[in-house]
Amino acid sequence: MNPALDSKLQNSVRPDSSWVALFQVAAKEVFQIMLQAELGNLANVEELTVSGDVTAMVGLAGALCGVMSIRCDSKTAEKIAGRMLGSVGAVDPKDVPDAIAEICNMVAGNFKSKITQLAENCMLSVPTVIRGDDYEMVTVSGGDQITVGMAFDAAHIWFCLAVHS
Amino acid sequence: MKRPRILIVDDSSVMRKIVERSLRQAGLELGDVVEAGNGIEALAAVREGAFDLILSDINMPAMDGLEFLRQLSTMDGAKGTPVVMVTTEGSETRVVEALSIGAKGYIRKPFTPDQIKERVSPLLEVLR
Repeated sequence: MNPALDSKLQNSVRPDSSWVALFQVAAKEVFQIMLQAELGNLANVEELTVSGDVTAMVGLAGALCGVMSIRCDSKTAEKIAGRMLGSVGAVDPKDVPDAIAEICNMVAGNFKSKITQLAENCMLSVPTVIRGDDYEMVTVSGGDQITVGMAFDAAHIWFCLAVHS
Repeated sequence: MKRPRILIVDDSSVMRKIVERSLRQAGLELGDVVEAGNGIEALAAVREGAFDLILSDINMPAMDGLEFLRQLSTMDGAKGTPVVMVTTEGSETRVVEALSIGAKGYIRKPFTPDQIKERVSPLLEVLR
């Protein structure tokens, strides 16, 4: 095994009750700074279904292993890309997955920087984007999952952190 | 003041556009702005012509920002080019590594135009 990764694994970090709030703050900060937009908390999240045909995900390795993802519908994804780029008119379709991937990357980076043990010991992969809504993500090794639903311009955006055990 | 020639290195084309827009929003008057999607493309751009400033991501496919910095530091005519890392990387170790290889500073994503200006303006003062 890679000795650097081995030492990170020995300092493995498990989610605790503060992580949901930190995850929400990490997402809100990224939207405030990069889109000048406010994300609202969704009420009764447990009654809602996580959905959307655009998903971006970033892998985490080291003290925390898992996947952080962001999911929304394509109209919302276009809106996010437009706000990021400061576009007045239509957004170039090529920019949409790129923008969502970057948002996912920044939320993951911002989240890990808020947890002392993760800042130094957790690495992020290059993001991946999935188009389409007919899929199921299965974490083979099992583990904890944090799902946070946020409101953005009357639409829902889902942020998920699946931690491998 | 000579308008600076700038190289922006990031695997995300959206982020390259945002970095350029942020530089302009910060009130900096730019000369040529060249984009590269990874370290390999960035080295090719540097071989084509000198830059006054390079802004580079760290985490990129093909060749990351740290390896780009290492190779840049051995290139005749490019050694003195100021490089600022623009990254989501929260690891102090990797940032310190970038600074030890020769980066002149770093900006954490997400960033505001003012944060870009604060880091970049002093490096462009030499062009006055």
